[in-house]
Amino acid sequence: MLQLRDIRKTFNAGTDNEVRGLDGVTLDFEPGTWTVVIGSNGSGKSTMQSAISGTFGLDGGSITVGGTDITAWPEHRRAHIIGRVFQDPYAGSAPSLTVAENLALAEGRGTRRTLAPLLRRSRRAAWREMLAEIGLGLERRLDDPIGLLSGGQRQSITLLMATATAPKVLLLDEHTAALDPRSADQVIQLTSRIVARHRATTIMVTHSMAQAAALGDRLVAMHRGRVYLDVRGADKRRLRVEDLHDVFAQMRQDDRLDHAALALLAAEYA
Amino acid sequence: MSVLVASIAIALALAILAYGVFLSFRILNFPDITADGSFPLGAAVAATLIDHGSVAGVTVGPWTATAVATCAGAAAGLCTGIVHAYLRVNVLLSGILTMTALYSVNLMVMGRSNIGLYGKSTIFTPWERAVESWAGGGIVPIMGRPVPAGDVAAALLGAALATAIGVALWLFLRTQVGAAMRATGDNPRMLRALGTSTSFTLMVGMGCSNALIALSGAVFGQLQGFADAQMGIGIIVLGLASVIIGQTLVGAGAGIGLLIAGAVMGTVLFRLLVAIALRMGLDPNNLKLITAAVVLAALVLPGLASRAGSRLRWGAAR
Repeated sequence: MLQLRDIRKTFNAGTDNEVRGLDGVTLDFEPGTWTVVIGSNGSGKSTMQSAISGTFGLDGGSITVGGTDITAWPEHRRAHIIGRVFQDPYAGSAPSLTVAENLALAEGRGTRRTLAPLLRRSRRAAWREMLAEIGLGLERRLDDPIGLLSGGQRQSITLLMATATAPKVLLLDEHTAALDPRSADQVIQLTSRIVARHRATTIMVTHSMAQAAALGDRLVAMHRGRVYLDVRGADKRRLRVEDLHDVFAQMRQDDRLDHAALALLAAEYA
Repeated sequence: MSVLVASIAIALALAILAYGVFLSFRILNFPDITADGSFPLGAAVAATLIDHGSVAGVTVGPWTATAVATCAGAAAGLCTGIVHAYLRVNVLLSGILTMTALYSVNLMVMGRSNIGLYGKSTIFTPWERAVESWAGGGIVPIMGRPVPAGDVAAALLGAALATAIGVALWLFLRTQVGAAMRATGDNPRMLRALGTSTSFTLMVGMGCSNALIALSGAVFGQLQGFADAQMGIGIIVLGLASVIIGQTLVGAGAGIGLLIAGAVMGTVLFRLLVAIALRMGLDPNNLKLITAAVVLAALVLPGLASRAGSRLRWGAAR
């Protein structure tokens, strides 16, 4: 479905602030699978999502979706096949537009915006039903500006918006990290239901080891812009939170060895 | 009374300017100062066409002239939009570039620095005739005071135009394109994630905004009977004053419809205040200074008031 071939990205190349965002990542995501991505800060896990959604151009490598090379597509063109939910619960909706208007804009994803009225009365029943599924009483707030809702409520609606047109790929970028535990729990439950229903190829970045252990059918751990660990199937199901802590401990250990080796080499050639 | 009706007529012509500024500053969240060039552009194009009366043998009526002026404004706005959204020039600078270029364009269009429309037929002329024949003369008694028929006609046509365009703007902002523009100003990242190019909505929005501003210039020029290359100076601040005063009147959290109505109310209120101030002996040369001060006050005072309020509450709690 979604294939990353040796994708590379360096930020601020040639300056003191040079950051290797992605250092040759090759991954193949099967249709309808749910991959959880973990990694420390700066490991490249969010950079990978931005690369897939086209926020910036790549330095090397290619991205294909369903056999189509989308490497050169601009962000808004990729949006036709990629749904996204950001970490910031306020990033996914336009605050001064009503809940209904936000949903209608999302349902128009991939079509040309015309001079037809945005809101159609015939959609209201369906929207109410969608919102009722969230279980926060949002079906009664269809005509309120979405800016009046809480972060958890808005993130739930953003999820509905991201999957409104059944995109092939769904990218979740730490979408519960900024929420309180209760809201985060609700959003995760909604995520599970939506992913199960749409069978979109889902890639979820998370900081929560509990989520990483409990959710998805594949786990990718990233480190320094590379894939460090890739577990799926029965191995993924066996993973416990403690195992993931061990993975992070191992990464840190590797880092120290790297530094030690560097120091050794430096001493050798000084 | 005559001063009142004349002020309202001017305000209604400038309400269209307020719509344009509302679209760029409020809806698109784009501080566009092309207005200082596109407002006189509208007046210049309309006045030139009306003055010539025909182009290449084809007779040009005042409404056609006004429509052409509106299109010219749209083109100016598209220039600013393209310079910013596609050539990636800073927001303010792209407006300044177009505005500066338009100063020469306006002189080129007119061939001189001003064009008088005395004795020419404008969009107001038929309305003036109608009011005159209805009142049986050039003077209309309103509440016992004599008011020139020309002022009454101007106020009536202005009201019709401001209402029609206000309703059209309101309907437009509820279409798919219009809502995409609102989302552009509100949360551009979200709109891109939803597959709509914000560069495109910005460009189209700037075109619409400056079309309205040029239309306002065309109407205003015909109302005062001349177009002048200098008439655009500070016009953006005037439009901004209307929008901000209107927003204060209806409340910042009001819906789109109320905010549009507020822009008209803000323009009328501001014009009346100006008329009163001039009557009381204010030097017209100080008008721009006063306008800038009013905008500054309207921008800063609400914030200061709420800060003072919280300080008072804090003091009480202590």
